[in-house]
Amino acid sequence: MKGRVLVVDDDTALAEMLGIVLRGEGFEPSFVADGDKALAAFRETKPDLVLLDLMLPGRDGIEVCRLIRAESGVPIVMLTAKSDTVDVVVGLESGADDYIVKPFKPKELVARIRARLRRSEEPAPEQLAIGDLVIDVAGHSVKRDGQSIALTPLEFDLLVALARKPWQVFTREVLLEQVWGYRHAADTRLVNVHVQRLRSKVEKDPERPEIVVTVRGVGYKAGPS
Amino acid sequence: MSRDSAASAPGEPGNCQGRPVSPSGRTSRFGRLIDGGLLLQDGVQGSPVLRLFTRWVRRPLLPVMRLWRRNIQLRVVAATLVMSLGVVLLLGFVVIGQVRNGLLDAKEKAAQIQATGGFKAAVDNAADSQGAGGSATNDSVGRRNAVLWRSDLVTQLSSGGQSAFHVVALAAGSDAGRGRGPRASGYVDALESVPNELRTQVDRADGAYQSFSRIEYVNGGPEPVAGLVIGKRLMDINNDPYQLYYLFPLTQEEKSLSLVKGTLATAGLFVVVLLGAIAWLVVRQVVTPVRMAAGIAERLSAGRLQERMKVTGEDDIARLGEAFNKMAQNLQLKIQQLEDLSRMQRRFVSDVSHELRTPLTTVRMAADVIHEARVDFDPVTARSAELLADQLDRFESLLADLLEISRFDAGAAALEAEATDLRDVVRRVVGGAEPLAEAKGGRIRVVGDEQPVVAEADARRVERVLRNLVVNAVEHGDGKDVVVRLGAAGGAVAVAVRDYGVGLKPGEATRVFNRFWRADPARARTTGGTGLGLSIALEDARLHGGWLQAWGEPGGGSQFRLTLPRTADEALRGSPIPLEPEDSRRNRGLNEARLADGEQGKQATVPAQSPSERAPVAVPPTASSVLVAPPSADPTALPGSGARVVPRQVSSPEGLAGGRARHSDSADGGELRGGRSPAEEASTGSAQKSVEAESGTGSEAAAEVEAAESQARAQAQTQAQASGEEESTRGR
Repeated sequence: MKGRVLVVDDDTALAEMLGIVLRGEGFEPSFVADGDKALAAFRETKPDLVLLDLMLPGRDGIEVCRLIRAESGVPIVMLTAKSDTVDVVVGLESGADDYIVKPFKPKELVARIRARLRRSEEPAPEQLAIGDLVIDVAGHSVKRDGQSIALTPLEFDLLVALARKPWQVFTREVLLEQVWGYRHAADTRLVNVHVQRLRSKVEKDPERPEIVVTVRGVGYKAGPS
Repeated sequence: MSRDSAASAPGEPGNCQGRPVSPSGRTSRFGRLIDGGLLLQDGVQGSPVLRLFTRWVRRPLLPVMRLWRRNIQLRVVAATLVMSLGVVLLLGFVVIGQVRNGLLDAKEKAAQIQATGGFKAAVDNAADSQGAGGSATNDSVGRRNAVLWRSDLVTQLSSGGQSAFHVVALAAGSDAGRGRGPRASGYVDALESVPNELRTQVDRADGAYQSFSRIEYVNGGPEPVAGLVIGKRLMDINNDPYQLYYLFPLTQEEKSLSLVKGTLATAGLFVVVLLGAIAWLVVRQVVTPVRMAAGIAERLSAGRLQERMKVTGEDDIARLGEAFNKMAQNLQLKIQQLEDLSRMQRRFVSDVSHELRTPLTTVRMAADVIHEARVDFDPVTARSAELLADQLDRFESLLADLLEISRFDAGAAALEAEATDLRDVVRRVVGGAEPLAEAKGGRIRVVGDEQPVVAEADARRVERVLRNLVVNAVEHGDGKDVVVRLGAAGGAVAVAVRDYGVGLKPGEATRVFNRFWRADPARARTTGGTGLGLSIALEDARLHGGWLQAWGEPGGGSQFRLTLPRTADEALRGSPIPLEPEDSRRNRGLNEARLADGEQGKQATVPAQSPSERAPVAVPPTASSVLVAPPSADPTALPGSGARVVPRQVSSPEGLAGGRARHSDSADGGELRGGRSPAEEASTGSAQKSVEAESGTGSEAAAEVEAAESQARAQAQTQAQASGEEESTRGR
């Protein structure tokens, strides 16, 4: 398993502690303490996952997240001290795949990192259709009328999870477990934000979704193809 | 989290049992009476038909009356109109009276002169004719002469007056029989025009008499007019008496008078209308700024703080405007300061949270690493590592709770409500708390989850509240069962968590919600709550627009009830579950008494008795005086009240059933129970049996039976609730 993790955090003690824990779990951590240098370090180390603190000197975490997301779909896990809805949602909307609220337990952190990395393991060749979209699971691409749509790996997973069982309504909890790999019930805001992000990319009219349909009071399902 | 932690419920005063029940009923009736205003209500209170009639009459008048009450301008103008109308009318009467008197006086004088001259001429004429015609030799000839003469006289006298006066000659007294019919000039109906009183007066004595009368004309003549009649008894040529009358029609005077009247009426009308208009204008000048101030005050209170009044001039209105604006300015300043403060605090809390959490995260991770490796340490260090990790957990939850409560204080908490089935939430919570309950030796049972209990709620917050309540109940339940009850009725859903542990002392039911409140500091704490759990739960409930209330009795356990509105923007009026559980000590006492009573009832063929009749049986005489208190509005069920306490009566031995003051008897407890029919009673009984049959496996038989009983009641309760919802909400 690939295990390069870029830790973007200005708190040296925490960064060091993260390094100890990550090394103990078999990852290869690298560190950067400054938001301005984060992007350069990202290009240089080409990590498999980014651990990103939201409050950073220089560029703040949201901005860094946006920049990284602009050039790569690499999983980003935010470290945040704020569990307020607004902070979390802003972080997720800027492109983070997951977030973990300080203070966290080392096991929790490792579990989330593993969940994010596990996804990228070799999928079987598979062709799916959802609405007027064609999904090539192995090729990791989504096309509408031959035009490919760029999705992050997480958004892709979310779409694939829905498309594989178009007859099923997924509750947010089920999606959390299938896509994010959580065993315990975590924050369903994750799902809401990512569904919205996914819609903004794949729907013709995000206000009237046809691909990812909301089932009120239950969750989401794939639209009719 | 512990029940010892406590916060007072939404803005309520501490102890609600002493709170006086507001005489809302009386007030509203009084208000209606005032509303009734002009239409007297008390006068028709007796008869329903009349009342119906007044209501029917009143309905279309209501908007008008509302306008009248609300519009001071209308009232002032109306009052001005009425008063000026009165003044004008009075003035008119006085003026017209004076004019009439003046006119009549003048006419009278002229008429008297004319009549005196006429009478004199008639006397002269009679004397001349006597002299010329010699003495009457023959009676019949004399009479004929006299008849002719009288006709001539009338013609002669009236010829001078044109239509200014008429002359009438009448026979005197009893003399009318001998062919001396009345003579009259100008088609005057002589007999009709001269009043009888005048005739008798004239007959009785000499001298001229006058009277006002109506001058009638014979057929073909003009319309009758008012007139002045002057008459005198005279002698004709035969020395026989006759009556001569002068009749002066007052046509001219009447014309003048009506002209004056018309003029006055027109002028009066103008004056009244103009005065009304002036009043309207003047009042408008005062009322407009007042209305403006009212409107701006409304907008200010709606949050538009930059609204100001326009100030012109230096008069009183301008002073009002200035004072108003100053007030608004100060208000805005204060609110801005508070907002800034709040924003600063929020910012501070946010920053502190970050600053505190980052090192805590490092410590936490370090502690975990050390904890993992504790097997390699010597026992002292290993135990230290364990303590470190445990206390870090506690520190973390304390910090989290503190931050959460400060978020509520700063008003930064946001509700993310969506349709949620509370059964799922309850299932998760119960699933999470089951291991703890098993460790304690009890079980958690869920009642009332046959049907969906859906409400617009923030599942995360509701779950936090319920987890708190359930864990509390398990922790304080002394190893007995915990019953989680769900209910939905009307516009509300509720979850009640009942335990059978130590319960709450009087006064504690409100204090449990206070921050960092502990029931008994000496009590061993197993889970180590932060003391903020129930405070946060209360805030969560309040954020939903719901209630979180506690009930408890010493040694009899407690019940915490969360009530949420079904839709987020709906106001709560009642709860589907009574706050005081059916199996509370007092209710048990009441039920037993009722069962005994019911048997007596059968003998006496009284199907159902009202609770007030029944209740005294259940309680010792010491409490009966308190018991009579009418089941009025339940103060504890008001949104502002967090909880209800059932204090133990000091005088009652060992605080037996019913030994509690009943004035806090709630609508959702007492009244509902009272309203239950024998049929429901029976259904309770059968449900109870079936549940008892099911629950034969329990190790703790007593608790089991007790719990089963409560469960059965709860089922009957929910059935009764559907119909009895208005009862439970009555008086709120």
